[in-house]
Amino acid sequence: MESYRTPLSRARGLGAAKHGVTHWIAERVSALALVPLCAWLIWAGLVLAGADYDTAVAFVAQPLNAVLLTLLIAVGFWHMHAGMRVIVEDYIGGAQRAALLILNLFISVLAGALAIFCILKVALGGA
Amino acid sequence: MTSASPRARPLSPHLQVWRFHVTMLGSILHRIAGVGLYLGALILAGWALSLASGPEAYGAFMTCMVSIPGKLVMFLITLGFFYHLAKGVQHLVWDTGRGFNLATANAASLFCIAFTVVASLATWWVAYAMGGA
Repeated sequence: MESYRTPLSRARGLGAAKHGVTHWIAERVSALALVPLCAWLIWAGLVLAGADYDTAVAFVAQPLNAVLLTLLIAVGFWHMHAGMRVIVEDYIGGAQRAALLILNLFISVLAGALAIFCILKVALGGA
Repeated sequence: MTSASPRARPLSPHLQVWRFHVTMLGSILHRIAGVGLYLGALILAGWALSLASGPEAYGAFMTCMVSIPGKLVMFLITLGFFYHLAKGVQHLVWDTGRGFNLATANAASLFCIAFTVVASLATWWVAYAMGGA
């Protein structure tokens, strides 16, 4: 017997964790930001499809393109991590769930950081 | 699930008791498209890495992408891109509490699928017309 307090008395007065809805709202705000970024990506994809090396470097070196590409990757990778997290939480249980959630986080952060660093390297003329 | 259970109990999402409806298909496709775009984002990261690694790496990457399997993957990602975009906007509208009327929801779900096909074909047509791809 660790305590005579009932579960109800321990929970009473603490209230909600106060961040329950933050994750849900962040998903929607990232989705909202991605709508115009994706509209821009269609145009970027058309310019870059089959582009040679110099054309692609010149495109990325444009400040507006470099910033929009960086924002697209940052918001997009955050959004994709959030989406995959929900899928794992929906279908996978037990120890596998924790492993896949961590794998999802590591893949998203590694690939996102790598992509942003590479864009900045090309944009700043280091390529 | 366990042998102690008196009978096999239905598991979520209860596929055996739901009849097919288009909003259900729309929701399933949205999730599949999202998974496809996960792969697409990793390909985008691969593109950025190859570009930062110099002309040889970029050339090897683009040779891979313009091959037949590469184009097939990119076309599937294009479908996933436009579908997830259209359905995502429908979800944002739903989040405001609008568009839940059955006729509206069904029509919007069908529109998302039609938009995906038309927008994907149009984008690839423009890409070829521009001399890329």
